[in-house]
Amino acid sequence: MTLGEIIDILDATVITDSVDLSINIRSGCSADMMSTVMYYHTADSLLITGLSQPSVIRTAEIAGIKTIVFVLDKIPDENIIELARQKNIPLLRTSFCMYTASGRLFQAGLPSCLGK
Amino acid sequence: MALDIENPIEGSFQIIGGNFDNAGEASSQLKNRLLELNVNDDIIRRATIATFEAEMNVIIYAAAGRLNFVITPTQIQIRIEDMGPGIENIEQAMTEGYSTAPEWVRAMGWGAGMGLPNMKKNSDVFKIDSVIGEGTTIEMTLNLT
Repeated sequence: MTLGEIIDILDATVITDSVDLSINIRSGCSADMMSTVMYYHTADSLLITGLSQPSVIRTAEIAGIKTIVFVLDKIPDENIIELARQKNIPLLRTSFCMYTASGRLFQAGLPSCLGK
Repeated sequence: MALDIENPIEGSFQIIGGNFDNAGEASSQLKNRLLELNVNDDIIRRATIATFEAEMNVIIYAAAGRLNFVITPTQIQIRIEDMGPGIENIEQAMTEGYSTAPEWVRAMGWGAGMGLPNMKKNSDVFKIDSVIGEGTTIEMTLNLT
């Protein structure tokens, strides 16, 4: 699924300035615990989270997560947005809650990064 | 595939306890070094997940620590030493989901009790030694071949 399709499905707003809408996302995970993300991640995935700490960006960088979606329209602090720009990780926000955002993407065919 | 390097490449990072803003910076820099050396993506991911988890443990539990790495043609050797409280029961600490992290650490997205198991999962050799009141030392090796 492309990043452009994900933005449409989640009616999302791009937080970082410019993004490549053709980035291919293969799976998704939804979590606020970054340890869990690091344990169960797969590469080229999407992270849906309500947590807006700098370590979310670094978790994505290390785990090979391609983009981060903040739920409930949460906007992270500017230093976090800047860190994401430096690491070239697109940030999105959606007004949906984590459950609904995950459900919409799953229904549209994006599998879980765990595969179950 | 063995790396085409003449001498081992070494690096060292100081980690300050409680400094969440810089969490993952040492792992990020290690990742860049490994990318420059054209190490396989999967091995880079495993190595830096292991070091990131180790960094987080120092930041959460210890006053300070140091992460050292040595890259040889065939291995990545990582050593993390901290000046922390030490681990009373290592077997229990290695259990997935077991955590002694306080609530405020969990609110920041850490302390799920996956750190040590994740370090072990992502390394080929994992050793841990801990002395109560002195600190914890973790050694991890990842094979490149």
